[in-house]
Amino acid sequence: MVEWTDFERATIQDIFSRIDYDVVGPAALSRCLIVYPWTQRYFGSFGNLYNAAAISSNPKVAAHGKVVLSGLEKAVKNMDDIKQTYADLSVLHSEKLHVDPDNFKLLADCLTIVVAAQMGADFNCDVQAAFQKFLAVVVSSLRRQYH
Amino acid sequence: MSLTEKDKAAVKALWAKIAKSADAVGADALSRMLLVYPQTKTYFSHWPEMKTGGESVKKHGKKVMGGVALAVSKIDNLTAGLLELSELHAFQLRVDPANFKLLAHCIQVVIANMFPNEFTPEAHVALDKFLGNVALGLSEKYR
Repeated sequence: MVEWTDFERATIQDIFSRIDYDVVGPAALSRCLIVYPWTQRYFGSFGNLYNAAAISSNPKVAAHGKVVLSGLEKAVKNMDDIKQTYADLSVLHSEKLHVDPDNFKLLADCLTIVVAAQMGADFNCDVQAAFQKFLAVVVSSLRRQYH
Repeated sequence: MSLTEKDKAAVKALWAKIAKSADAVGADALSRMLLVYPQTKTYFSHWPEMKTGGESVKKHGKKVMGGVALAVSKIDNLTAGLLELSELHAFQLRVDPANFKLLAHCIQVVIANMFPNEFTPEAHVALDKFLGNVALGLSEKYR
């Protein structure tokens, strides 16, 4: 079981109450597709991903970015059992979507950078550490059902 | 994933905007790395203190960013330009090269944090490639 300090719990709740899911989700996903272009392999049906401008303005990317953030919210609401909360999502990513789990970390890093850009001075070292710990637990839970 | 002319131009343009704050970026990035990836603390057990914003971190952050500045100036041939630093890291410091990407990530978090408008996705991919190539240059003499 993951041990969360009071600071970590409060920090995660605070971050997710402050960020605009409709901005951060699309920004993180499009940044991932731009900075790590091989991740585009999973989005063949999304249309024009030819360059950064196309990706940033692609409505399917934006819509999916919001889906991803809403998925993260489940973990925010169930911090004491993210493993169980994400069991089905893990199976989905493995069996149906066939996503290489190394990609989860790439998206997590992009999300960290987008949140850092949004939160300015409030995103200090301790807040970053809590956020990355949370994302590491999410990534680990999503990897768990792969076999 | 070698640097295109477009990447090099983007890195130089970004560097021009952040160079004045390089020392602060270095200190902040280092503090974050030590906290977020505690295994990196093992390389600094000789420091008198490891406080966020403390003297040791500030001094070392400045040194690291001096290295990044050097890399920017030698962007057309990083392997040659970073030879001495590679020998330092390989034979004396013996930092496991896996750690280079941890610091690179923290540098990017700090730049995003301090310069959100400048750190566009295009600037991000160029810098990520650049820092990856710097890491390769630093690892050159390891074995």
